[in-house]
Amino acid sequence: MLNVYAEGNFLFLFKSFVLFMDIVVEHLTKRYGPQKAVDNISFKVKAGEVLGFLGPNGAGKTTTMKALACFILPEEGDIKIGGYSIREHPEIIKKHIGYLPENNPLYQDMNIIDFLEFIAKIHEIPKHLIQERLLDMVKVCGLEGEKHKLIRELSKGYQQRVGLAQALIHDPDVLILDEPTTGLDPNQIVEIRELIKRIGKEKTVILSSHILAEVEATCDRILIINNGRVVVDGTAEEMRKQAQGNEIIRLGVAGGDINDIFEKIMEIDSVETVDFLDFECQILEVQSYAKMSSVKVIFDTCVANNYYITELTPIETKLEDIFRELTTH
Amino acid sequence: MNQIIQIAKRELAGFFDSLMGYVLIIMFLGFSGFFTWIYGDDIFFIGEANLNIFFKVAYWSLFFFIPSLTMRSLTGELRGGTLELLLTKPISYWQLILGKFVSTFILISMALAPSIIYYISLWSIGSVDHPAIILGYIGLLLMSMSYIALGLFCSSISDSPIIALLSTLFIGIFFHQIFETVASSSLGLTGSVFSSLSMSTHFESISRGIFDLQDFIFFLSMIIFGLYASKEILVSRNLKA
Repeated sequence: MLNVYAEGNFLFLFKSFVLFMDIVVEHLTKRYGPQKAVDNISFKVKAGEVLGFLGPNGAGKTTTMKALACFILPEEGDIKIGGYSIREHPEIIKKHIGYLPENNPLYQDMNIIDFLEFIAKIHEIPKHLIQERLLDMVKVCGLEGEKHKLIRELSKGYQQRVGLAQALIHDPDVLILDEPTTGLDPNQIVEIRELIKRIGKEKTVILSSHILAEVEATCDRILIINNGRVVVDGTAEEMRKQAQGNEIIRLGVAGGDINDIFEKIMEIDSVETVDFLDFECQILEVQSYAKMSSVKVIFDTCVANNYYITELTPIETKLEDIFRELTTH
Repeated sequence: MNQIIQIAKRELAGFFDSLMGYVLIIMFLGFSGFFTWIYGDDIFFIGEANLNIFFKVAYWSLFFFIPSLTMRSLTGELRGGTLELLLTKPISYWQLILGKFVSTFILISMALAPSIIYYISLWSIGSVDHPAIILGYIGLLLMSMSYIALGLFCSSISDSPIIALLSTLFIGIFFHQIFETVASSSLGLTGSVFSSLSMSTHFESISRGIFDLQDFIFFLSMIIFGLYASKEILVSRNLKA
């Protein structure tokens, strides 16, 4: 027993000096019956990076995360966390990850402190450090007012915080959060995001979500998967640039008949399509061909025809659109 | 080892938080006390200083109490999804199952422990066959372990406690009584096969004060088989889901 504690102590004290752990997923495949939930996914997460895992429901996010957390074993492929394979050393990986499962399962009939203490002891945190860690977690996760309540008495948001606290209590190097903000109210969502951001500064974090704004707000990199495959891998910026091949502008023109204006603009060489956005106010949506800009020509055309421009706004492609475009095929 | 202890501790605290533990201990002592000292062919009636009646009552009441304890042990984890919580912590399947096993066993031992008073009172009345009583207790503990292992196995097959309870009782009754009945009405090889599968054959042989390796092998194989099967079922569940 002494030995175990001594070793635990050592690990706990020196873990902060150990280098961050990276994650390498190689050709991961997992089937449920004939259907492939995850189909040959490969990606890497650098140590210290916050990766957002996006995809519509049923895309394979949760399956991948369960495999990362060593809960399920994939049929093919491997995952290495900090160099340890989930096939060969799950026991080592489990010590270094904090995992918040999708539906946040907790022991409903325990109170928060007892529950967190149980988890701390499972992680073999040395006895004299447990109290300190517990109080730390209660503070970090904002559970101070509730700490003696039974878990089943807590609202969903507070239960989610308990879930986060249990994932963080042993100060893991890698944090795997499956939809951490579901069921939270807007204030709590902001708080949890802040918390994840803060944690993300010193840990490798993978978080899944189907809310784009959330991923954009918290993650360094975004991975979109659909039907078990990786569709996009990059930063939010890169994704925007990629999707912004075509210039789209919202154009308001007055000083003439809208149908004439429409025709004149259609005649411009670089314009691909023109749509009416608002017939009454004479507002059009103009899309140019790839890598061409029509702004100057539109201006010149208007001047030549004695029209005047009431509005000209470039429409930024929203991440939502990219997401929808990529995941509905 | 630490993990097993922590799981067992949590489980045991759960038994007492839900009052299940108290109810079980009180009911067990009430039952066994009533039949041993007060009702029917009680201890004073037979004119021998032994605890055979107590062992008989315990033999049957434990048969019903144990499934009611084990019916939630793994089904609860499966239903609440907490299995995922535990198995993604540094806990192996074996540690989880052994933790559950140990906690239920400790609770049963706690229920059996006060009955030592019966032994002591009996001792003060007359000369007691000590080895028989000690082996009788060992027999009860071994039988409990076998049924706990069986109960854990049944609670791993579905996430419904009722199914776990009923299937434990159903499988259990074969070992508890039916094999014995079949054995007594058949001859030759069939008879001896069923007799050696019967819990009551082995329990009676032990509680009569006879130390036979065969009995221990029976109990041990039942325990190992039950625990191993529950572990395998949990593993295969995770490979599928």
